[in-house]
Amino acid sequence: MSSAKAYAMMAEFDNAAAILHAAEKVREQGYHNWDVFTPFPIHGMDRAMGIRNSKVGWFSFLGGCTGYLTGMLMIWFMNAVDYRIPIGGKPMFSPFAAFPPSYELTILFGAFGALLGMLFLNRLPRLHHPLLKNPRFALASHDRFFVVIETGDQKYSETGTRALLESLGSKHIELVEE
Amino acid sequence: MAEADPRPIGTSLPGFQAAPLVVHAPPVELEREPLVAHGRGIGWLSDTIAGVAEGKPAAWWKICFGISFTMMLVCFGCVLYLMSTGVGVWGLNHPIMWGYAIVNFVWWIGIGHAGTLISAILFLLRQKWRTSINRAAEAMTIFAVMCAGVFPLIHIGRIWLGWWLFPIPNSNGIWPQFRSPLMWDVFAVSTYFTVSVLFWYMGLIPDLAVMRDRARTRIRKIGYGLFALGWTGSNRHWSNYEKAYLILAGLSTPLVLSVHSIVSLDFSVSQLPGWHTTIFPPYFVAGAVYSGFGMVLTLLVPLRRMLKLEDIITVRHVELMCKVTLLTGSIVGYAYAMEFFIAWYSGNPYEKYLFIHNRAADPYIIGPLMGIKAAPYWWAYWTMIICNVVVPQLFWFKKVRTCMIVVFVLSILVNIGMWFERFVIVVTSLSREFIPSNWGYYSPSPVDILQFLGTFGLFFTFFLLFLRYVPLIAIAEVKGVTPQADPHHPLGGAKTGGHH
Repeated sequence: MSSAKAYAMMAEFDNAAAILHAAEKVREQGYHNWDVFTPFPIHGMDRAMGIRNSKVGWFSFLGGCTGYLTGMLMIWFMNAVDYRIPIGGKPMFSPFAAFPPSYELTILFGAFGALLGMLFLNRLPRLHHPLLKNPRFALASHDRFFVVIETGDQKYSETGTRALLESLGSKHIELVEE
Repeated sequence: MAEADPRPIGTSLPGFQAAPLVVHAPPVELEREPLVAHGRGIGWLSDTIAGVAEGKPAAWWKICFGISFTMMLVCFGCVLYLMSTGVGVWGLNHPIMWGYAIVNFVWWIGIGHAGTLISAILFLLRQKWRTSINRAAEAMTIFAVMCAGVFPLIHIGRIWLGWWLFPIPNSNGIWPQFRSPLMWDVFAVSTYFTVSVLFWYMGLIPDLAVMRDRARTRIRKIGYGLFALGWTGSNRHWSNYEKAYLILAGLSTPLVLSVHSIVSLDFSVSQLPGWHTTIFPPYFVAGAVYSGFGMVLTLLVPLRRMLKLEDIITVRHVELMCKVTLLTGSIVGYAYAMEFFIAWYSGNPYEKYLFIHNRAADPYIIGPLMGIKAAPYWWAYWTMIICNVVVPQLFWFKKVRTCMIVVFVLSILVNIGMWFERFVIVVTSLSREFIPSNWGYYSPSPVDILQFLGTFGLFFTFFLLFLRYVPLIAIAEVKGVTPQADPHHPLGGAKTGGHH
């Protein structure tokens, strides 16, 4: 382990309350490049870590607006401009008849905005991550909870960070290779 | 009120020590049954649910898959026969040009609606019990919409021109005509399918990561790893993920309501008696959810037993699904009554004729009492009434809701009833419209019937593959509703009287 560069220090916790408490303390110590890894989202963790409201909504909103405009403009262009087909004396373009497909496109593009926005904000897909190489870390999707503090953090020090994580009650602390 | 304490709540006087707030646990008889029985831990949930998709397939799985796969080939064979011969192989003839194809289309797409209701609407309503069933129900939605999609595509006659339905430039320079509800339907159904797949896949990402982390072989590691997109369970990721999930639920809710509404507009925008009614959109949506819950019960009641998932899909879950079936079934019953009432109250002779002479008059009671001939489709109408109005009312009884065999049988009756509802709407309305010289009687051809049965093969082939390769219950979501996941619960590690 000593030969490879360390990516981060990883501390394992047994239960939800312990990890929530640990997250609060790590944030209070002023760390920036750190994260918590859990098998499921823990209620109150965003607050404990000081994470602000997610921006996914904006992506979805933009997607939805694009979808609605696409629908309306497409139908107007096709049925009222490019190839006019008179049907029963109805107007060539009416926002009412064009609404149902535009509504569906609003939802379609909004949904793509939400999913792709989530992936973009999370910088996913990612084919490789130092943590995923660590065999112990596989428990993060099972029943364990991890606090990971990156070595690149300004406040990081091998002894100080380890002491902090030990004081929070972690039973297993290790360095993760790059 | 005269005795009331004059101090405003929350003020403490100098030297006044507020008594610690004590919240007593509710009495045992008022406590809700836990969502995961026997206090199973979160590790157990991973092992059990992921275990279904690991290891060798069971004998029953192989047998079912063999049958389903054969039926799927029948489905494709029927499509090929239709394409090579022409729509004459079906029982369609004037005046009934919308036979099995549209009945089956509306039926299958309705089945899908329960999946979206469970995944989206129950999520917005914070119904935590949905976590045990949403994954399988969403998978059901996707496969049901695939089955539904087969029919409109093949019923157009010249299947190779099906792409004219989409706004793609073609050599004639003509665009689709967007004033027709049939075009709206194209957009509604394709959006519904796409968004259902997106929602389902997003829910799967954390669970695919579970499968990846458990994988023993390299192929599985790479396969699940690719689809898990490098998910680590980071809380910064969860934060965006949960927001995206909420938004998708919020978008799917108006979507699912719109899809069957638009399907119903295919009918109600026309002038035909029995179709031309304003009640259709809500009536179709309620019927869709009703039939979908019937199908969820048909699938999950045997599965929970065969896969030993009784601790996750508990009797309480089944009961709650029965209650939704009861509610939506009652709405459907109300819609039938209202349709009938309006046929009479509107004074429209065609509507009245349709409902009595064409649907309701049976040869034994109503027909002789009214002194009229039996309606040609009385058997379809009364099958529908018994299965959709009478059967769900049995779910008022707890004994019925908790007996799994009875629930299973009733759920199949629900499916049958809803198929007949679509048959009644499509066929009886078309068979006798305004001019008696235009009347006819519809009977399906063997190809029609095989085509319909074949779509079950398509559905179950995909559903069985889903059971084999993907966790059939949302692992991360079920973990999240256990007491172990709650940092303020003693099982989640909270110390009594502590900070959390």
